[in-house]
Amino acid sequence: MFKIIKKEKLNESVTRLIVEAPHIARAARPGNFVVVIPAENAERIPLTIADADKERGTISIIFQIVGATTRVLDSLKVGDEIAHLLGPLGVPSHIAKYGTVVVIGGGVGIAEIYPAVKALKSAGNKVIAIIGARCKDLLIFEKELRTESSELKITTDDGTCGRKGFVSDELKDLIASGEKIDLVIAVGPVPMMKVCCDVTKAHNIRTVVSLNPLILDATGMCGICRVTVGGKTKFACVEGPEFDGHEVDFKELTERLKAYKDVEKRADEHVCRLLSNG
Amino acid sequence: MRERSAAERIRDFQEVPLGYTPEQAIEEAKRCIQCKNPKCVGGCPVEIDITGFLKFVAEGDFASAAEKIKETNALPAICGRVCPQEDQCEKECILGVKGEPVAIGSLERFVADWERESSPRPSTRYARSGHPSPSKMERGMNFDDSRKKGVRIAVVGSGPAGLTCAGDLARLGYQVTIFESLHVTGGVLTYGIPEFRLPKAIVNLEVEYVKSLGVEIKTDMLVGNVYTIEELLKEYKAVFIGSGAGLPKFMNIPGENLDGVYSANEYLFRVNMMKAWQFPEYLTPVKIGKRVAVVGGGNVAMDSARVSLRLGAEEVTILYRRTHDEMPARKEEIERAVEEGIVFKILTLPIKYHANNEGWVSEAECIQMELGEPDSSGRRRPVEIPNSNFKIPIDTVIVAIGNSPNPLVPHRTPNLKTEKWGGVIVTAAGLTSIPGVYAGGDIVRGAATVISAMGDGKVAAKAIHSFLGPTK
Ligand SMILES: Cc1cc2nc3c(=O)[nH]c(=O)nc-3n(C[C@H](O)[C@H](O)[C@H](O)COP(=O)(O)OP(=O)(O)OC[C@H]3O[C@@H](n4cnc5c(N)ncnc54)[C@H](O)[C@@H]3O)c2cc1C
Repeated sequence: MFKIIKKEKLNESVTRLIVEAPHIARAARPGNFVVVIPAENAERIPLTIADADKERGTISIIFQIVGATTRVLDSLKVGDEIAHLLGPLGVPSHIAKYGTVVVIGGGVGIAEIYPAVKALKSAGNKVIAIIGARCKDLLIFEKELRTESSELKITTDDGTCGRKGFVSDELKDLIASGEKIDLVIAVGPVPMMKVCCDVTKAHNIRTVVSLNPLILDATGMCGICRVTVGGKTKFACVEGPEFDGHEVDFKELTERLKAYKDVEKRADEHVCRLLSNG
Repeated sequence: MRERSAAERIRDFQEVPLGYTPEQAIEEAKRCIQCKNPKCVGGCPVEIDITGFLKFVAEGDFASAAEKIKETNALPAICGRVCPQEDQCEKECILGVKGEPVAIGSLERFVADWERESSPRPSTRYARSGHPSPSKMERGMNFDDSRKKGVRIAVVGSGPAGLTCAGDLARLGYQVTIFESLHVTGGVLTYGIPEFRLPKAIVNLEVEYVKSLGVEIKTDMLVGNVYTIEELLKEYKAVFIGSGAGLPKFMNIPGENLDGVYSANEYLFRVNMMKAWQFPEYLTPVKIGKRVAVVGGGNVAMDSARVSLRLGAEEVTILYRRTHDEMPARKEEIERAVEEGIVFKILTLPIKYHANNEGWVSEAECIQMELGEPDSSGRRRPVEIPNSNFKIPIDTVIVAIGNSPNPLVPHRTPNLKTEKWGGVIVTAAGLTSIPGVYAGGDIVRGAATVISAMGDGKVAAKAIHSFLGPTK
């Protein structure tokens, strides 16, 4: 089970894997994620299901190498098997006809918005996608999103592709241009989602964010993923990962995300050593 | 029973009791006066023939003793270790009226361990002992084997409830598939109860035994998400839900979401399931500070506290809002925790956690309590003493105030009726509000015991058998 069918480097640090998992492909909806345990000694990490092919029985996952477990995952080759894959998890995105939807993706978040863009478009929405990265080389999914969205806007921090600036600048201009926006969806690093929510809040535009807290069992049993939304504690793994962005306590989320930063380095060094020896 | 000294055992994750020697076991079993109407049997949720197995032990016939136990209990090595015998069989023992009851739990453990150690492989061990010979339950049922062939049954969850139900159904000839959401089987036996209280090798052996009966176990399968119960019913003639009480309760007090505040489930899951104590060989980290506070007074709190000690915490304090007498944990485990140097702050309720500059928890603000009138549980209700706030410096908090039934399957199964507090509603036979769907264990009772979960699994297996029997 869970054989890797295809492996592709999307840029220097982002990889796409297409993996055999018929039962997950069958039940996956946009917004769902999986827990991946690449090897028996590795962590359980959450990754969005970037695409699912029911006929072939495969799903695709896209990840950035950010630590020990993603490094182990990236060391696997076509034909290798992922030790464990659990999904689909979380509450799927609510896909409906809203009118005009702006879908914003930052960094690897760009891969995560792809299924929502596709589904919202076929539900009859005008879908404006805004994607951003630090530089041109880090932009992913440009071609796919150009095909699937009604309009694609690109920003890079250094101006090597599209507009120089942030996705939120593009969002501000879009609002200023008088475009009537019914819903904004923002997926990416916490500061990016926070800024987008600040922008839309001022204009009272409903905004959904997909949160990326730490995850352990991902089935609602441990509570490491708890986030405060509207003053209430929620378990993002089973009640999310999508929430009303105007209600999310981003400061707490930021704090909770760094809980293991120091020790994680040790794990990463350990894996690097193992991989270079083996 | 002999035990390892506190000083020695807090440095590792090995078991505390050393077990009986055969001579000690025989001597202890001889204390049983073989009552004509043994009360102890009534105290056992699965009605082990206790006097029967004790008689064999007293005669030194351990193999027959094992066979006797397994007529009604397939997991004696586990029950002998974690059952609250002091509230069950041993509580009823007539010798307990004047002196010490017979140590039934320790003897059950001895017999199971003797059997395991004296035969190398699970298949031969079970072939030689109880299993192929019909159990009490099977003997009670005349059943045409051919009708069961190919009748498929789905079991949700591989904890004691699911394993027992699956095992019993498989022995009756059904084709059983267990769906387990985690990557390892065993439920709480694996992810909750620590190694020093229940060695995982023993749990694995019991799981292997259930597999050897022909039960298929699919891990990484979250029922409700991958397949709904409705979908399962299209492929399987009956479904048993044993999904446990995995939802951790929090107190909803300020600061509970600070870094350094764990639910007991998260903490134990990191250590037991993900082997964080072997970090970085195992990549999941756990951070344990110098001063750990554990909130709660049950088994889960004791386990969390004792694990913390073994992970190197310098001071571990249990914060409990009532007193020692009201603690729901097993007496034996409280005693061991005390021996190991765990500090007990009773009549203490945390009301707020404070953070240091880095957002990490640094102090627990508590309030002093006193006992008032008895509440609905019969225990005296703890009441706050006004203006008695005080702060304890800590760098880790483990919240162990209980777990609720796992809400996921009920959420995804609209017709499945539940209590307000989340428990799935069943009949005495374990039948839910959906025909063909049974449930048992912690998903029905809320956080309870291993033995009651097993008992429920048995009852449901029997009910499923008669539900499917006559009509096929
Ligand atoms: C730390 C701790 C210590 C304890 N100590 C003792 C003790 O000393 N003595 C004692 O008698 N009891 C003890 N208990 C309680 C005892 O462990 C439980 O009562 C018992 O395990 C319940 O069994 P169960 O089969 O109902 O559920 P569980 O053991 O919880 O098993 C449920 C299984 O179902 C799986 N599952 C959940 N949802 C799904 C789904 N949707 N799809 C597929 N699988 C799913 C879970 O992953 C889990 O593996 C303790 C509990 C804890 C947490």
